Amino acid sequence: MPEISYRQAIKDALAEEIERDENVVVIGEEVAQYNGAYKVTEGLLERYGPKRIVDAPISEAGFIGMGIGASMLGVRPVMELMFWSFAYVAWDQIINNASSVRYMSGGLINVPIVIRGPANGGTNVGATHSHTPENLIANMPGLKVVCPATPYDAKGLMKSAIRDNDPVYVMESTLLYGTTGEVPEEEYVIPLGKADIKREGTDVTIVCHGPSVSVAMTAAQILKEEHDIDAEVLDLRSIRPLDEEAIITSVKKTNRAVLVEENRPFCGVDAQIAYTIQNKAFDYLDAPIQRVSTIDAPAIYSPAVEPEQLPKAANVVEKVLSIM
Amino acid sequence: MVGFYREMVRIRRFEERSLRVYQQGKIGGFLHLYIGQESIAVACASLMGDHDHMITAYRNHGHALAVGMSMNECMAELLGKATGCSKGKGGSMHFFAPDKNYWGGHGIVGGQIPLGVGLAYGVKYKDQKGSAMAFMGDGAINQGAVHEAYNLAALWDLPAIFIIENNGYSMGTSQERSSSHPKEGLAARAEGYGMAWEIINGESLFAIRDGVGRAIKRAHEESKPTILEIHTYRYQGHSVADANAKKYRTKEEIDDYRKNHDPLNVYRLFLLDQKIMSEDEMKEIDGEAKQEAEVAAQFADESEFPTVESITEDVYWEADNPDKRTSEGRLFFND
Ligand SMILES: Cc1ncc(C[n+]2csc(CCOP(=O)(O)OP(=O)(O)O)c2C)c(N)n1
Ligand SMILES: [Mg+2]
Repeated sequence: MPEISYRQAIKDALAEEIERDENVVVIGEEVAQYNGAYKVTEGLLERYGPKRIVDAPISEAGFIGMGIGASMLGVRPVMELMFWSFAYVAWDQIINNASSVRYMSGGLINVPIVIRGPANGGTNVGATHSHTPENLIANMPGLKVVCPATPYDAKGLMKSAIRDNDPVYVMESTLLYGTTGEVPEEEYVIPLGKADIKREGTDVTIVCHGPSVSVAMTAAQILKEEHDIDAEVLDLRSIRPLDEEAIITSVKKTNRAVLVEENRPFCGVDAQIAYTIQNKAFDYLDAPIQRVSTIDAPAIYSPAVEPEQLPKAANVVEKVLSIM
Repeated sequence: MVGFYREMVRIRRFEERSLRVYQQGKIGGFLHLYIGQESIAVACASLMGDHDHMITAYRNHGHALAVGMSMNECMAELLGKATGCSKGKGGSMHFFAPDKNYWGGHGIVGGQIPLGVGLAYGVKYKDQKGSAMAFMGDGAINQGAVHEAYNLAALWDLPAIFIIENNGYSMGTSQERSSSHPKEGLAARAEGYGMAWEIINGESLFAIRDGVGRAIKRAHEESKPTILEIHTYRYQGHSVADANAKKYRTKEEIDDYRKNHDPLNVYRLFLLDQKIMSEDEMKEIDGEAKQEAEVAAQFADESEFPTVESITEDVYWEADNPDKRTSEGRLFFND
């Protein structure tokens, strides 16, 4: 299987879906002539022309709202947010309109839009540019949100997102764009709502998603090498729909759970996961559920300190050891 | 007049020095340089009185120095040090100095403009003779919040001065590709709000001072807003990380600006021509500015990083002033 980058995997997904469905159009700031702020759409303008790859002015509320409106007519816009941190200027469209049109029309209208872009900390861009709003979005019935952590997942989930008839918001990571992984040449899709065991284990389940997957994987390796603990790393991949079954199955096997995410702790995704586990696997737990998340403050800029604010493998190891 | 020259040179040398620091890997994230636009911040700051305020976007080092922030605190902020103007918490895009009527430094395009209208509102509310200059780029003018802010300022007669620093590009998008506007220019959108407007050539520090002076007078005396569009140019990429900086515009275009329209150079030639300053005096100012930037780089280097404990400081006033706290319940959720 060829090794390609996360960036390339997303681009391939976009290209394949553009070719498969004439209604797919990519819109965003700097996506066409500039080739994308993070080069995810590099070369697509050349290949597919200005009808399919469209540069928008810095008017997120306007163009994302426009995308939602166009999707009601069956266009399948894939909107790029240069950062998910810029979503807030378009929040009414992203949250209110996208989530309620179908409901308020009694199911008469669908909103098959995709909004994608990076959502991560760790690059010293400060509080305004480091948001991870998957928890906010998952709080909204009507919306779907996925956080791919590998090139394989990014491609398969992106293709499913584009084909999905509901609004699907894809959270990528600027730190993952350059990472590589195996991606088959043949076509495949990954259904939304399927978690993936990134590492099998028997002693503890580490639940994670998005940028925290690599943190969990590093922690699992340290646990094995230094403590002979076999951690199972469960990557949620999709936050809503959520693969509850995979979480419960894994916890029933390992009897322990440590939850890792880059969200802030309060009302983070893992608050829901913790509830789910205690609700559906309470009798299987041998220890309290533990969490590791970002230190509860806006993102600090200082390059020397920001890494300390984010979840680290050492924090995960410590939490695991505390319940063994 | 020598003072204006000194200020422009200080900004230029500070940024050139910060670029070197960035290239040494000591600055994280983005670094948006103001090089080529210095005349605007310097002219505007030179007109500020006690109740005149300033707020801008992420390309904010020039404004910060122009209002009197020190190179030390600015450079230290770039390096993320505790001695920085924001204790290393804000970074390059987020400088603040409320004691100098300077309200940042904002990273979200257009987000500062309603805040600027809020400063104008505050000035009027307190019956002060003042104004709020809210700066934005030519790309920012297409944010919805900007238009809502325009309307509020005009509707409520607020002493706001909207200053569009039109450097021709928003990242890699030329102004023509981003904005539909009356043929007279971007500022002419003011007509739709019944607001005064003016277009100014940013090469000339004096032209900027004249135009901004008129707007300040309008704000002080009539409490009315103005939109100013100041034509300028940035030589560097959108940020230092902008690998495409020379792809969306020609080298000839950049060279032409550098040679013929650089506000610092235009002003330098004016001062020489008018025999206000000699080459030697200029060299001296230049040397001092370089030295000041060098000292700042060293100061920043030697300063400490903020502590990990400080991450949760400066979030809530109440948490920082526990003895004065009136609310109850838990504020932070770190365990
Ligand atoms: C809401 C939002 N959208 C997008 C961005 C990314 N971005 C930062 S600066 C910029 C270009 C702005 O150009 P302009 O307003 O002309 O200012 P200049 O950079 O030329 O000073 C973009 C698209 C952002 N910071 N905020
Ligand atoms: Mg611009």
